[in-house]
Amino acid sequence: MMHWLTDPFTLAFMQKALIASLIVGVVCAVLGCYVVLRSMAFLGDALAHAILPGVAVAFLIGANLLAGALVAGLIVAVGISYVSRAGTVREDTAIGIFFAGALALGVVLISTMGTYAVDLTHILFGNVLGVAVADLWISGGLGAAILVAVLVLYRELLIVSFDPILGRTLGLRTQALRTGLFLMLAGTIVVSLKTVGVALVAAMLVTPPAAAYLVTKRLPAMMGVSVLVGVVSAIGGLYASYYLNVAASGAMVLVATAIFVLLFLFAPGRGVLWRVMVR
Amino acid sequence: MTDLFEINDLSVGYGSRLALEHVTLSVAHGAQVAVVGPNGAGKSTLFRAMVGLLPIRGGEILIHGQALPAGGNVIAYIPQREEVDWRFPVTVFDVVSMGRHGWRRRLRPLSRSDRQVVLDSLERMGIAGLSQRPIGQLSGGQQQRVFLARALAQEPHILLLDEPFTGVDVATREMTLDLLGGLRSLSVTVLISTHDLDLAASRFDEVVLLNRRLISAGLPSEVFTADHLREAFGGQMVVIEGKSIVVDQCCGGHEDLAPGPERRDS
Repeated sequence: MMHWLTDPFTLAFMQKALIASLIVGVVCAVLGCYVVLRSMAFLGDALAHAILPGVAVAFLIGANLLAGALVAGLIVAVGISYVSRAGTVREDTAIGIFFAGALALGVVLISTMGTYAVDLTHILFGNVLGVAVADLWISGGLGAAILVAVLVLYRELLIVSFDPILGRTLGLRTQALRTGLFLMLAGTIVVSLKTVGVALVAAMLVTPPAAAYLVTKRLPAMMGVSVLVGVVSAIGGLYASYYLNVAASGAMVLVATAIFVLLFLFAPGRGVLWRVMVR
Repeated sequence: MTDLFEINDLSVGYGSRLALEHVTLSVAHGAQVAVVGPNGAGKSTLFRAMVGLLPIRGGEILIHGQALPAGGNVIAYIPQREEVDWRFPVTVFDVVSMGRHGWRRRLRPLSRSDRQVVLDSLERMGIAGLSQRPIGQLSGGQQQRVFLARALAQEPHILLLDEPFTGVDVATREMTLDLLGGLRSLSVTVLISTHDLDLAASRFDEVVLLNRRLISAGLPSEVFTADHLREAFGGQMVVIEGKSIVVDQCCGGHEDLAPGPERRDS
C-alpha cells in the first residue's frame, strides 16, 4: 500500500536524482546558515550566475560542466574577495560588477552554441532527472569536502561571523576565513548546478536556514533544523516532480518556501499568527 | 624588570593623517591606568593599535621587553560599542566561551577546566543565571557584562576597556568598578579610557593624559595640573579663581572640535 512512496525510486534515473537532491539539500542547508547570518544572499545569487561562463567554456571544449563551473566559481569568489578587501570598493558593488560581467560573458559564449535555449534552461533551472553518475561523484566529493571544512573551521567561522573584532584581536586570519567562506559558497553552487540550477540555488541556500532560524536559538540547532528542511524539500520536490509532472527544481524550492511561510506564521514564540493566537 | 608594558615612540594613523604621534609610555605590571583626553585625542586609537586593529606607523609596543605578539590571549579588548549582530543565534554561554578560543585545541569540545573558567567569569559578572539566554534578549547593561565576562574568560595579562562607563546603567557601572577591584588580586594590568576625570583621579593608580601626543603620565596629582589640562583640553577649559574646570563634550555633539580622522575616535 506504500507503493506510491517507493515506486518512483525503482527507476535508475530517479535513484540518481534522489542522491543528487539529498546532497544539495544537506550542503546548501549547512553553508546557507552562514549565508543568512552574514547577509551573503546577494553574493550567493551572484556567484551562481557568475559560473555561467565556466559552464559554457566546458561545454565548448567538451569538458565536464561541473569542473568548468568550479573553476569559474573559484575565480569569481577570489576576485570579489580581493577587490572588496581593503574597502576601496564596497562588497555589494564588487559583487555586482563581477556578477554582471561574468553573466554577460556566459550569455555571449552560450549564444555561440547551436542548442542555446535548451542548454541555457538546464543550466538556469537544473535537470535533476538527467544527472549522470560522474556528476554524483563530483557533487558528493565536493559536498563532503565543504562539510568537513565547516566542521573543522566551526569555531573560527562562528567568531568572525558574530564578532569580527574579537576575531582580529585573537589573531584569526579574518580575510583568509572570508575568502574561504566565499570558496565554499562557490563549491556549494557547483554541487547544486545540475539539481536546481543557477537561478534557484539561492533559494536552497537561504530558505531552509531562514526557516530554521525562526525555531532555534543556537547555531548548531539552526544547522540541524536547516538540514531537515533542506532534505524534506529535496525529497518532496522529487515526489511532486514524479507525480505531478512538474520541474523538480521549482518544486523543491516551493516546498522549502511553504515550510518557511508556515514557520513564519506559526513558529512558537516568534510566529506572526502564533503571537496573535496566544495573546 | 618591573615594567610589564612599554610603548616607545608610537605613531598610529588613519589614511594619511596621524591620530597619535610619538607616544612613549610604560605601565607597571598589575597597574590600573585611566587614559583621558578630549574627544579625538586618540584614546580609542591607542587601544585599537595595541590589539592590532590599526597598523602602527612608527615605534613599537613591548611586553616583557618583547614585541607584542599578534593576537592570542595577552590582551583582551572591549570596544566602546560592540559591533556584533545581536540577532545572531548564540547564547550568553556561547559568547563567553569564545574567550577561551585561544586556549583550546582544534576540534575538541570545551574541556572541563575551560568550562569552569567560563562559569566563573559569568559568576563574577553576576550573569550566571542568564547563561542560556539568547544574546539578543539582554538589556544594554547585561550585554556589556557579557563582554566583560568574555574578556575575563580570556585570562589576559592586559585588559583594555574603551569608555566602559559611558551609556551604561548604575548597576553595570558599579559591577565594572568591582571587577577592576577584583582584578588587582589577579595582577591583571588594566587600561581604561574615560571622560570622567574625577573617577580617573580617585579610582586609578595612574593617569595618562593624551591629545594626539602624550601630554603627561603618572600619578593623578602629577598629571592633573592646570598647565597639563590646558594643554590637553585647550579652549574647553576655564580657570576660575585658581581652580581648573574642564568643559568636556563627551561623546558626540561637537564633532567640529575634532575634525578629520579623530572623528572615528569619539
